[in-house]
Amino acid sequence: MDLEEQDAIRRVAESGARERMLVLLGTPTAGSTLMTALTLSQGDPSYAGPLAGIPLGLPSYHILEDGVREAIPPDVYDREIGPLEFVLDKAGIVTALEKVRTGTPSS
Amino acid sequence: MVDLRNKLVLALGERDGIPGQALQACAESAGARVVYVATQCFV
Repeated sequence: MDLEEQDAIRRVAESGARERMLVLLGTPTAGSTLMTALTLSQGDPSYAGPLAGIPLGLPSYHILEDGVREAIPPDVYDREIGPLEFVLDKAGIVTALEKVRTGTPSS
Repeated sequence: MVDLRNKLVLALGERDGIPGQALQACAESAGARVVYVATQCFV
């Protein structure tokens, strides 16, 4: 996540109603999913960006997670996501998010 | 199932993955309000 985007998201999160906010990711790999989810929950782990030391506490979900898919009308999901569901590393992405949620991102 | 109804969603897509606009369409169809959308591009 680049520095400008970190700053933009910080401003949105701090604008209020954070308890109703969540992040919906379309990241392509387990690594990018892990880094983005960590940054938006605990702060920038690289300590390079505006979110360094700023834990926004935003929960992250990926569009490929079964629990997300079930919430979306099937025709919309098929049209918008379609075959990408089978191209991206769904298992790795789901595992990465589980690590963030359980607080074990380095394991 | 993740309840997206009445949630404020930040849709963060990626060019090599799924674009932000696709995430936005999905979230809005599930009753969420999208407050931020972006598609990152790493080259």
